[in-house]
Amino acid sequence: MKIQVLGSGCATCKKLFEITKTAVKELGLPGEVEYITDFQQILNMGLMSSPVLAVNGKPALVGFVPKVEEIKKAILKALESK
Amino acid sequence: MSIFAPVQWLADRLTYNIFLFKPQSVLAGAVNFFIFDTLKIFILLAVIIFAVSIIRSYLPPEKIRAILSHRNKYTGNVAASLLGIVTPFCSCSAVPLFLGFVQAGVPLGATFSFLVSSPMINEVAVVLLLGLFGWKVALIYITSGLAIAIISGIIIGRLKVENLVEPFVYKNLANGNVELPQMTARERVVYAKTYTADILKKVWPYILVGIALGAWIHGYVPVDFLVKYAGSSKWYGVPLAVLIGVPLYSNAAGVIPLVSALTEKGVSMGTTLAFMMSITALSLPEFMILKKVMKTKLVLIFAGIVAVGITLTGYMFNFILK
Repeated sequence: MKIQVLGSGCATCKKLFEITKTAVKELGLPGEVEYITDFQQILNMGLMSSPVLAVNGKPALVGFVPKVEEIKKAILKALESK
Repeated sequence: MSIFAPVQWLADRLTYNIFLFKPQSVLAGAVNFFIFDTLKIFILLAVIIFAVSIIRSYLPPEKIRAILSHRNKYTGNVAASLLGIVTPFCSCSAVPLFLGFVQAGVPLGATFSFLVSSPMINEVAVVLLLGLFGWKVALIYITSGLAIAIISGIIIGRLKVENLVEPFVYKNLANGNVELPQMTARERVVYAKTYTADILKKVWPYILVGIALGAWIHGYVPVDFLVKYAGSSKWYGVPLAVLIGVPLYSNAAGVIPLVSALTEKGVSMGTTLAFMMSITALSLPEFMILKKVMKTKLVLIFAGIVAVGITLTGYMFNFILK
């Protein structure tokens, strides 16, 4: 399982990274959250908005930073859909 | 009766019954104007930004790109300009959008149409125009903004300036087909709420200062004070307004209330429109950022075409709305 936060390095992106770390910890999921600030990677994923929360290389949340509960739901939903 | 009658009622009560200003005094007039405009603008902003954000959650840039990459020349420019209306835009997103569009095969002309319309026709500017100038001016602003975006994009497309785009842009190919995560209704509301709160947090100080200055001008500056400097008979009014507008982007929210007060004092409508378009569409920070992905020459071509378009629009409305 791979959880990544991708952004341009802006404050909003950092916030998503921090909240996602909390969410992953509270869910008791293994592994670290990866933080990527290379925008070309977002483009390669087919996206243009940041920040992005990606689970196993697929976008799970795009373009906004919700509360930690919403992030947990999004991660679980993305894991289920596989 | 206006739908803002309750707001006027509240502003009157606050001015005369709570703060106890003497009716008919100039100060009372200015205070009343300030309270009324502030309440009205913030109500409008909250409602409209929220509504636009909900629509926007159905039309993210990725979907817009998919629509645009299947268009031919002219409909592409029209679609790009229309879609630019609902997209959020700050100078920080200019480069990602440019790369994402161009690398996925959206023509350069359509991409530029989008880059013009997206910042120019944004909901904050439109709300302020609607609230302070009325729907007719707001509509004129939107239609002429669209026309400028469409025509500038078509011209840039015709110029065949692909060679002025930094070579690295075309080396990477962005994936143009992505499966976006399905948003639930709840997520859309969260998204819209977050977005509305973010924008309001960013613009409220500017708007308050702008309205306060506007209220002061409204109360204390004599009517027609500016006619001899900026009336429609002065040929240099429009280009000067366009020039002053370039460095003002980040303060657009504060400048519009100020401008509405100046219009009352004799600045002609075409000059006012040109000034506001220049503030929103020609932004110095955006140009600096765009230099990362294109040669300075292309940035100048882009800025020049848009500036000419805005200036002509200003002259046209000075002539029509005399």
